[in-house]
Amino acid sequence: MSEVKNFLYVNRKAPHGTIYALESLEVVLIGAAFEQDVALAFLDDGVFQLVKGWDTSELGVKNFQPAYTALGDYDISKIYVERESLEERGLSEDDLLELTYEDEDDDWAEKSSIRIVSREEMAQIMRDADVILSF
Amino acid sequence: MPANNKKRRGCIVKQQLAGDEPVKLGIVVLEGPYQHEAADTAYNFAVAALEKGHEIFRIFFYHDGVNNATRLMVPPQDDRHIQQRWSELAEKHNLDLVVCVAAAQRRGIMDEEEQKRHGKDANNIAPGFRISGLGQLIEAGIQCDRLVFFGD
Repeated sequence: MSEVKNFLYVNRKAPHGTIYALESLEVVLIGAAFEQDVALAFLDDGVFQLVKGWDTSELGVKNFQPAYTALGDYDISKIYVERESLEERGLSEDDLLELTYEDEDDDWAEKSSIRIVSREEMAQIMRDADVILSF
Repeated sequence: MPANNKKRRGCIVKQQLAGDEPVKLGIVVLEGPYQHEAADTAYNFAVAALEKGHEIFRIFFYHDGVNNATRLMVPPQDDRHIQQRWSELAEKHNLDLVVCVAAAQRRGIMDEEEQKRHGKDANNIAPGFRISGLGQLIEAGIQCDRLVFFGD
């Protein structure tokens, strides 16, 4: 287990209606302890996971959105969101949570973790990953 | 991480997959039995990989996939028995079938230890399966040449 691999978690499903998003997040949080190079990708309905202002009070499920904002504390600084998926759903970057991390190479400056990428770029990100965990 | 190392490893894996060199595989089953074909395709993939001489490091059951591990399923006699199929494959090839503990707890998949811990009156885990943590999935990602997901 000496070599660091690039792990890419691919999130393609809406946050509610099924358990995929919640249980995917549980893997990400556990996986953070393994000191691999971790990135998250959000595409298709998965972009809804990052839309701010969830209100789950009438769904009868726990609001786990705060866990996304904690990702920076787990040293997760690369969160790729597919532009086409946002546009197809009438969303823009302004609708998304502010997710940040502290850059240790830049005097711990707080920076945005979110990188809006095109579908073509997302394909390249997937090609470059060593391990793709698709939820 | 040095980019050269990464590229080199990527090439090795591609060569292995292109030829008949055996690779080390991790398999992840995300869907329940009978409800979804993923449990069948994962099984068929595992059988085919073993026939080709590949190594299966671990099969990890997550989401509703944990329901593959209940020995209480009773499908009609003229249908495949998905749990028995897994258990027999595990015994024949000494496979490591791991059920995620957090996903199992939500869905009532229990071994004897979990039964005691939660004060339940029964357990239902099938032979060949064991309950463990999500770290086993990450470890499979680190150790395997390929981690293959079966699900929606």
